[in-house]
Amino acid sequence: MEFSQEIKREFDQIVARYPQGRQKSGLLPILHRVQAEYGWLSTEAMNAVAEYLNLNPIEVYEVATFYTMFHLEPVGKYVLEVCRTGPCCLVGAETLLQYLQRKLNIGIGETTPDGLFTLKTVECLASCGTGPVLQIGPEYLYHEHLTEQKLDQLIDRLRSES
Amino acid sequence: MATKILLENLAVEGIRAIDTYMANGGYRAVSKALKEMSPDQLVEEVKASGLRGRGGAGFPTGMKWSFLDKKSDKPRYLVCNADESEPGTFKDRYLMERIPHLLIEGMITASYALGANTSYIYVRGEMMSVIRLLERAIAEAYAKGFLGKNILGSGYDLELYVQPGGGAYICGEETALLESLEGKRGNPRNKPPFPAVSGLYGCPTVINNVETIASVPWIVNNGGAAYASIGLGKSTGTKLISACGNIRQPGVYEIELGLPVEEFIYSDAYCGGIAEGRELKAVVPGGSSVPILPKELILKTAAGEPRLMSYESLADGGFVSGSMLGSGGFIVFDERACIVRNLWNFTRFYHHESCGQCSPCREGTGWMEKVLHRIEHGHGKMSDIDLLVDVAKHIEGKTICPLGDAAAWPVGSAIRHFRDEFEAHVKHPDSCLAKHLHGAYAHAVPIMEP
Repeated sequence: MEFSQEIKREFDQIVARYPQGRQKSGLLPILHRVQAEYGWLSTEAMNAVAEYLNLNPIEVYEVATFYTMFHLEPVGKYVLEVCRTGPCCLVGAETLLQYLQRKLNIGIGETTPDGLFTLKTVECLASCGTGPVLQIGPEYLYHEHLTEQKLDQLIDRLRSES
Repeated sequence: MATKILLENLAVEGIRAIDTYMANGGYRAVSKALKEMSPDQLVEEVKASGLRGRGGAGFPTGMKWSFLDKKSDKPRYLVCNADESEPGTFKDRYLMERIPHLLIEGMITASYALGANTSYIYVRGEMMSVIRLLERAIAEAYAKGFLGKNILGSGYDLELYVQPGGGAYICGEETALLESLEGKRGNPRNKPPFPAVSGLYGCPTVINNVETIASVPWIVNNGGAAYASIGLGKSTGTKLISACGNIRQPGVYEIELGLPVEEFIYSDAYCGGIAEGRELKAVVPGGSSVPILPKELILKTAAGEPRLMSYESLADGGFVSGSMLGSGGFIVFDERACIVRNLWNFTRFYHHESCGQCSPCREGTGWMEKVLHRIEHGHGKMSDIDLLVDVAKHIEGKTICPLGDAAAWPVGSAIRHFRDEFEAHVKHPDSCLAKHLHGAYAHAVPIMEP
């Protein structure tokens, strides 16, 4: 696969942040950019990144599989990532997660049949004082102080926007 | 009114924009440092301030800076650790979101002190909105001539970049962060060599936490001695404490180090007491990795002295009866909280976040998670409790990086102080507190501005 000229120009700007010969440092920002464009990281996309950065494909795969933000399979249009770590659980995250599963009728890690929502859990989002929290890719906006009512409104809004 | 060093201008409308920030005294430190001070003088001021690393370790910042190998002919780097991922900690995100230029100003002054001409702020990838804010702030600083070539005519050059992480707690460990910044998996490096000698790209590097770097402009403006006069003993200055859990007013508070813990928990100026008038049960005072303390030991030391919010007082009694200030992630548990369930949750977190490089951590965190799951879900055996202690002991101190310790300490301390609760789970599985409050936990009241 080929990236567009526009994306390649962005890649060039990313690589210019590092000293000569250290273009590998651009790998994470470039993978984020590719994921924002295509929604996930296919093997073809990772191979193309390897080619652009002059790396062996394995150097890209091992990084993409290490970091939890990278999706290695197609995901829904909206990826709902609910924090499941201790402080959020103290203020009700577990109950809300169950509610969301019932509401969307999917399990954690699954996507709704209409391809709109993927539900995931994530570890602490540094929002412990404003929990329970979830973030929504691809913009990664935080939704804090969640309640069942707020989740209803959020899901309704996202459904109507698409 | 307590002294504010970091959040003084928090309430100023539009403080995110450079013009407002400058109108409120911002970037004075850059001009003073570059025009009136030598880099070595700056290092001396930071040494005199007694400022200690605010990421959790509390190592003296001036000393860390003085270790930087300045004889090497390689370039030197300053890297800001903004990978804030320690459960219970949200102060760096708060600071960067609200006053982004304070970090930029700190980066410029600190980079000048260290002789770095390229610096990076490594922000955890989940905080994309913070990354966008910082990039905008950096562009503004370039436009005003605070970054780039020949800053303010001083002859000093600095390029500053933001680097996103990819979602990995381990990258908050400084050598894992460097690996990640080099485009690799976040596997921590063996030390020595320390980053001060061989860090980013094998060059001398200093890695400092956001809050540490954001404290530097005040020290430049007011002097190290003035900073050292705030706080208590070797805990100088102020600290951001992010308070969460079952309290009335979760939020980020800037405190003078030395404040009594009891005042911090119960005063309306801070946590405002326990939510819904319940009783305090326990506190994890410095992020999920530090030992949990029951009510009687968080309010008073074993010797009966009032416990203070300082590096020394929170550590008083060692791990037998004390804890650590850590990152300042202050997690409060009320009487309904189940210690076993919380420990299972934290242990699952460390298992999930272990990079897998060292077997004691990779395997041990998984075993602990399984055993805790079994106890919490009513299938535990009495011998499981000592088994947990044993596994934790075989992780602690036996790994390349401190994640192993961070996974072991919560286990050891929870069993030390709440063994009866673990035993009750084994004997009477139905006694688990969490079972009775399924869905009952109230939501925290909205975040309070300090």
